[in-house]
Amino acid sequence: MRQLTSASRARYFRRQLTDRIMSGLCLLAAAIGLSLLGLILWMLFSNGIGGLSVAVFTQSMAQPGAGGGLANAIVGSLIQVGLGAMIGAPLGMMVGVYLSEVGKDSLFASIVRFVNDILLSAPSVLIGLFVYQIAVAPFGGFSGIAGAISLALIAMPIVARTTEDILRLVPQAYRDGAIALGSRENEVVRKVVLPAAFGGILTGVLLAVARIAGETAPLLFTSLGNTNWSTDITQPMASLPIAIYRYAGSPYGEWVSLAWTGALLITVGVLLLNILSRFSHAAVAGRTGG
Amino acid sequence: MVLMNEATASTARTDVSKPAPPVQRAAPVPAPVRISVAGVSAFYGEKQALFNVSLDVPDNSVTAFIGASGCGKSTLLRCLNRMNDTIPGARVDGRIMMDGTDINGPEIDPVQVRTRIGMVFQKPNPFPMSIYDNVAYGPRTHRLASSRADLDDIVERSLRRAALWEEVKDRLGKPGLGLSGGQQQRLVIARALAVSPTVILMDEPCSALDPIATAHIEALIDDLRNNTCIVIVTHSMAQAARVSQITAFFHMGRLVECGPTDQIFTTPKVEQTQDYITGRFG
Repeated sequence: MRQLTSASRARYFRRQLTDRIMSGLCLLAAAIGLSLLGLILWMLFSNGIGGLSVAVFTQSMAQPGAGGGLANAIVGSLIQVGLGAMIGAPLGMMVGVYLSEVGKDSLFASIVRFVNDILLSAPSVLIGLFVYQIAVAPFGGFSGIAGAISLALIAMPIVARTTEDILRLVPQAYRDGAIALGSRENEVVRKVVLPAAFGGILTGVLLAVARIAGETAPLLFTSLGNTNWSTDITQPMASLPIAIYRYAGSPYGEWVSLAWTGALLITVGVLLLNILSRFSHAAVAGRTGG
Repeated sequence: MVLMNEATASTARTDVSKPAPPVQRAAPVPAPVRISVAGVSAFYGEKQALFNVSLDVPDNSVTAFIGASGCGKSTLLRCLNRMNDTIPGARVDGRIMMDGTDINGPEIDPVQVRTRIGMVFQKPNPFPMSIYDNVAYGPRTHRLASSRADLDDIVERSLRRAALWEEVKDRLGKPGLGLSGGQQQRLVIARALAVSPTVILMDEPCSALDPIATAHIEALIDDLRNNTCIVIVTHSMAQAARVSQITAFFHMGRLVECGPTDQIFTTPKVEQTQDYITGRFG
């Protein structure tokens, strides 16, 4: 090797030093992020696990001092999130398919894409107010279905975005192959492109579900919350985020404790959805070999 | 590389012993014309890719399009099954007649054209589904099978014709993408055969394959021409000489010369063809 001059040697050590400092900073940032997440989880578990009992799942919310659980809130959340996903996910998928397969770079598609991105970052309280105007005020009352609609509006742009992104990853060669076999546009999408992207789209839907499961603001103006057991979607409906919101700010120790438990339940649920989405993606990718 | 090609050529010939070596067989236009191209020009937006090309593609034979990259040979191939329709801004002038109908005619549905014309691409592109489902795709789309047994039969026949059946018959449910490159290319040929096309277009079908897989495909091409019309775009002049009966040489969007393969390779009429074939350019 050539003898290094003192200048180039100094430069070499400076580069090495910069490299180490930058790597160290990245590691630090990652450690901060991870430890914050760890702290939140630890706090949730230490505060929430104590309140966990059979009653949480079997009894509805009750007056302070009367025991009670979160059963109505859990079921209310399941109904509203389920309905919200059932409305929002197909709509979002159709938007995504339109953007990737039909509209592509046309002016209209560009506008839809832009609007979708705005919707994606719109404050969720705004979506709650909007649904209040169209689905609560005209019908004279808060309802579970209004809550579901507001959640659907939050899920839709997320699903639309991930669907488009995933479909764009499907190789053009698949489309060409299908077209060359005499498939029509809708057959190309239905029989080749969508199955190829199925795992990715499912992941997007699960992540959207995880996102809306924790939404509080849009539900405040739509399903309001309900302390009684109710599965009637035309009536005000309880939900875990609103139960947490109400209980956590209350002066009663057992309510605060239930709020922690509710928060733990949501977090564990979201965590499970995230894990499931990873598995769904891997399983489908493995099946198709792609 | 050249030596390698010679080697595969002899393998290809020994694999298909029945028909005489293609090079000797070509008589002037041996079969009725299947596709007739008359005065075709093609454009991608402002750019003209083909200039007034006219040629006839005979039935039951292999027609090779050769020429340097960007000479328009793939463009013409993609005109033949209207694949260029899928590219925004693409436009075709002139007439392409297939079995007496103008495939660009106003009443013609491009989907109908593509159903009768199979296409094999440069890179094998099996769908991300099982081997069986890949081959069954066309028959299912066009409802060619009346029953499950019928579909099974079409799948088996197509795989046999593509010389892949023996290798995959025990794993039809496995993903098509799990096969080797050469097997994948035969799988997509089987997929094309399953709809009984009268014409098969091949766009450099061996350029992503090793010499042994190439020999397999070439033997298969020679076998298939007995009851179809094959048009193949190739970069390899040795391959054109081995598999085709008719060769068309393109340069900068124009058809320079078209004729029986042995004549093009031994006594070309145009000097430019001679130069290309002897490796002076391209």
